[in-house]
Amino acid sequence: MEKLDSLVSEARDAFDKVTELTQLDQVKARFLGKGGVLTQLRKGLGQLTPEERPKAGARFNEVKGAIEQLLSDRRDVIQAEALVRRLERERLDVTLPGRDIAGGGLHPVTRTLERVTRLCQSMGFDVADGPEIETDYYNFSALNQPEDHPARSMHDTFYIEGLKHLLRTHTSPIQIHYMEQHRPPIRVISPGRVYRVDSDATHSPMFHQLEGLWVDETTTFSDLKGVVREFLRNFFEMEDLEVRFRPSYFPFTEPSAEIDMSFRDGWLEIGGCGMVHPQVLRNVDIDPDRYQGFAFGMGLDRLAMLRYGVNDLRLFFEGDLRFLRQFA
Amino acid sequence: MRLSEQWLRSFCNPGLSTQELAHALTMAGLEVDEIVPAAPAFDGVVVGEIVAVDPHPNAERIKVCTVDVGGPDTLNIVCGAPNAQSGIKVPCAIIGAQLPGGKIKPAKLRGVSSQGMLCSAAELGTSDDHSGLMILDPASTVGEDVRQTLDLNDNVFALTLTANRGDCLSLLGIAREVAAITGSALCFCPPAEVASTLPDKMEVTLSAPEACPRYTGLIIRDVDPSARTPDYIVRRLERSGVRSISAIVDLTNYVMLELGQPMHAFDHAKLSGAIDVRFARNGESLELLNGQMLEADPDMLLICDAGGPVALAGIMGGEATAVSAATRDLFLESAFFNPKVVAGKWRRLGFATDASHRYERGVDYAGTRRGIERLCGLILEVCGGRPGVINDVVVNLPERHGVKLRLPRVQRVLGMEIGAERSCEILTRLNMVPCQSGDVLSVTPPSYRFDIAIEEDLIEEIVRIEGYEKLPATLPTATAGMLSMPEERLDLARLRQLMVARDYQEIVTYSFVDESWEKDFAGNDSPVRLANPIAEQLSVMRSSLLGSLVDCMTFNANRKQSRIRLFEISRVFAGQGDGFDQIRKLAALASGYAQPEQWSSDKRPVDFFDLRGDLESLFAPRTVHFQAVPHPALHPGKSAAIVVDGARVGWIGELHPGLLQRYDVLEAVVAFEVDVEAVATRALPSYREYSKFPLVRRDIAIEVADGVQAQTLLDSMKEGASAIVGDIEVFDLYRGRGITEGKKGLAFRVLLQDTAKTLTEPEVDKAVAGLRQILEQKHGAKLR
Repeated sequence: MEKLDSLVSEARDAFDKVTELTQLDQVKARFLGKGGVLTQLRKGLGQLTPEERPKAGARFNEVKGAIEQLLSDRRDVIQAEALVRRLERERLDVTLPGRDIAGGGLHPVTRTLERVTRLCQSMGFDVADGPEIETDYYNFSALNQPEDHPARSMHDTFYIEGLKHLLRTHTSPIQIHYMEQHRPPIRVISPGRVYRVDSDATHSPMFHQLEGLWVDETTTFSDLKGVVREFLRNFFEMEDLEVRFRPSYFPFTEPSAEIDMSFRDGWLEIGGCGMVHPQVLRNVDIDPDRYQGFAFGMGLDRLAMLRYGVNDLRLFFEGDLRFLRQFA
Repeated sequence: MRLSEQWLRSFCNPGLSTQELAHALTMAGLEVDEIVPAAPAFDGVVVGEIVAVDPHPNAERIKVCTVDVGGPDTLNIVCGAPNAQSGIKVPCAIIGAQLPGGKIKPAKLRGVSSQGMLCSAAELGTSDDHSGLMILDPASTVGEDVRQTLDLNDNVFALTLTANRGDCLSLLGIAREVAAITGSALCFCPPAEVASTLPDKMEVTLSAPEACPRYTGLIIRDVDPSARTPDYIVRRLERSGVRSISAIVDLTNYVMLELGQPMHAFDHAKLSGAIDVRFARNGESLELLNGQMLEADPDMLLICDAGGPVALAGIMGGEATAVSAATRDLFLESAFFNPKVVAGKWRRLGFATDASHRYERGVDYAGTRRGIERLCGLILEVCGGRPGVINDVVVNLPERHGVKLRLPRVQRVLGMEIGAERSCEILTRLNMVPCQSGDVLSVTPPSYRFDIAIEEDLIEEIVRIEGYEKLPATLPTATAGMLSMPEERLDLARLRQLMVARDYQEIVTYSFVDESWEKDFAGNDSPVRLANPIAEQLSVMRSSLLGSLVDCMTFNANRKQSRIRLFEISRVFAGQGDGFDQIRKLAALASGYAQPEQWSSDKRPVDFFDLRGDLESLFAPRTVHFQAVPHPALHPGKSAAIVVDGARVGWIGELHPGLLQRYDVLEAVVAFEVDVEAVATRALPSYREYSKFPLVRRDIAIEVADGVQAQTLLDSMKEGASAIVGDIEVFDLYRGRGITEGKKGLAFRVLLQDTAKTLTEPEVDKAVAGLRQILEQKHGAKLR
């Protein structure tokens, strides 16, 4: 039995020399296999006296357990080392570029339009849309601007051949369409493309406007100022942005105002607004003695230019990807 | 409108600085866009009289002038100007003067010392004229600062006036506003009555009393047409942007600027008989002052004499009766024309005038006589002459109806309190003295205001003078309703996001395009045309977005962008009966590699199926069908109509190689266009119980004639399949080794499942055999 004592260290030495799992199985057989040393030794137990046997048996089991443990430990080590080697082998250069990166993006004016729309929706404004080829009635007459009205010269209008139709010069006709279909209280914005015969660095023959309309029983001029200020503060994310109204004239509002916002050290004109002219309300069968409200309009392109620091309006319509990709 | 600040201050001079005055005007609705100094800053320049001119001893072209500048001694000044001569008065910069170009120091020029500099207008910065010395009025005071002599301590205000304020198109009008805004006094003395020295009086008939309710005329004889317009008038005109022409013309312009009353002077000798103001008769024509031959329409109002039309009322005079250097006798016209008669005519004529601009906005009908009196006074002063008797014919003046203002409405509309007393004060300042009865003010607008008709107009006047700056910014209270949100529709934002996620860049392009694009890219020979396009290549409304996408693609390809994927969502236009179809389309285009270039990816050009996949993802989970249908811009073998729920909603395909060649495109381009309405519709999901029994997959591989479309095979298999057959999909297409020439190999994946039990092998075999039979018998397919 004295052989048992050296067996554990013998096994340890043998296991430690092994580096592959397949070899480990061979070495294991030497100790624990059918023809292995331990099996031989166990046979020897039968030759002991009954008094000696329990003690020797216990000893035998102890050694066998120890060898099995050594084997298991060694297996873990080999496996762990193999894993480490595999991981090392599989190491990537993670700094190489990925595959199929989507480089698409929204147009900056659309980006602005969507932002503006969400902001206004958060204040309960509905969003309306309307035709771009309009009749004279919706673009002008219904907005209190009869034919030959001097204010029409503010709009250099594109006409369709035949002169019965025109390209809308502003988004205000959508007000009329909307009020024909809805009764107060009305809260709606209408963003869209508009067209004017004008083209230089600050004018494009096609551009975008945002129109807002609020008609209810007690909506005031001061409310208009509040809503416009709230909108601009949230749009530009500037809590201390100030809004100034300046008297102006639009045939479809009275009183009317230009909207200036504080900008750097001065004021910047950002849009027009006013209280809806009672005649406009009458044109859509809304009683101006009971209901009153306001309308405001702003250039979406201008908002986008200010927001993103774009200095030339024409860039929006050139389609240059080097420009457009900056707004993805 | 441009005007001299000093001229304005001569009518109303509030204690405000230039900037403050401009701000006050702007904040009252008369926007001052720009303030331009009459001259740049300079000092030390006085009126000098050249008393002697001697030749320079050492230089032929230079002279030595002896100049009197009002000091004890005359100055010696070396001068090269060609017009230097003795006796004239010129600006003289003395030693130490600071000119826009630098400081004047004592100097020696070719050995002769010079004690200053005689100046041209360019050297003072008042104009570009550097041809010679600026010659001053002989009456100027020697030694006086020329800034004072030339009234250069002045500014030009450039105002942008709104279309409703015709009354502000004059110095008087703006001065009235300044007085109302600031409370300062208006200094305006009505001109003296005409002291007639002749009995002459022009007979005037107003045959169109609605159109011309008042006409005031005066004959002045024996004027000197060559008289020189006084400098101060020339300066004021110039600062208003009006060029000096001749005394008579200058003075009529001056009165128009001063009082807002357009004036016209006829050469009396060229008029025959009495004046009649009437609408044009058929076939009448008139040569206008600008040389244009007017064929008068029946709605055009004419000033006529016995011989026919002599002027287009309120717009422009006739050439034949214009004043000239030979004119001795004048007939002056100062009239009121109904704004409606003049309004909009400029559009037909192709031009507007200062007169038409004022008349269509409304001219003070009470001011015609005042205009004649003022002009007569100035003409007599400048050109001499003998005035006849004014004929002031008044038939039918506009009536000014009272406008009522319910005082509580002020607060209700504005949301700001402006007391009754303050409201009355403001209206009074605006020459609208109110009558109060309880809560109601009653106001009669003055004859020069054409924009006060309703209560809101008065509210605006009150708040405008009170100051928009005082308006609080309040947030309204509203009933808390919700917005509708139809779940069966995708909004545009979501559609755009889907396209962006599929690697497309959005573009926004003009809705008007070149007519040839419509033909080439949409096969459209009758596009919606603009009557007044800004350019030939922007003359028709597009019916397809494809041309714009291709244009944008080539623009970027020319800038070395290699992989281009674009989309746009926009309305397109087509005539439809009396109106127009204006539906929204979504179009996309791709060229270059299918995937972004990457170190481990294959480089493969984008093709039909890449875009088809994008399109199907856009419509998912709905099924999209593709039918081979020709399209004028597409490759006949690589294009299809897009069919959803049996309706054709767009097209997809590779662009026709011939078309690409014409547009200098080198690479293949694939595009699609669909109706937004179709893409944006989604059925509301509705739960169906699904089978919990195992799914069986079987593959069928066949060889079939090349011309047989996969969809045809799928359709007939689905049609004849037993109930346990679920999805059938193409998973392989193969040509080449092992496949007969003219045929193709196709492989289908068939999924089978029962809702009630696990399928048995014989059941599956039977179902698949059924499908095979369909393929063999109906389509001549050979199993592989």
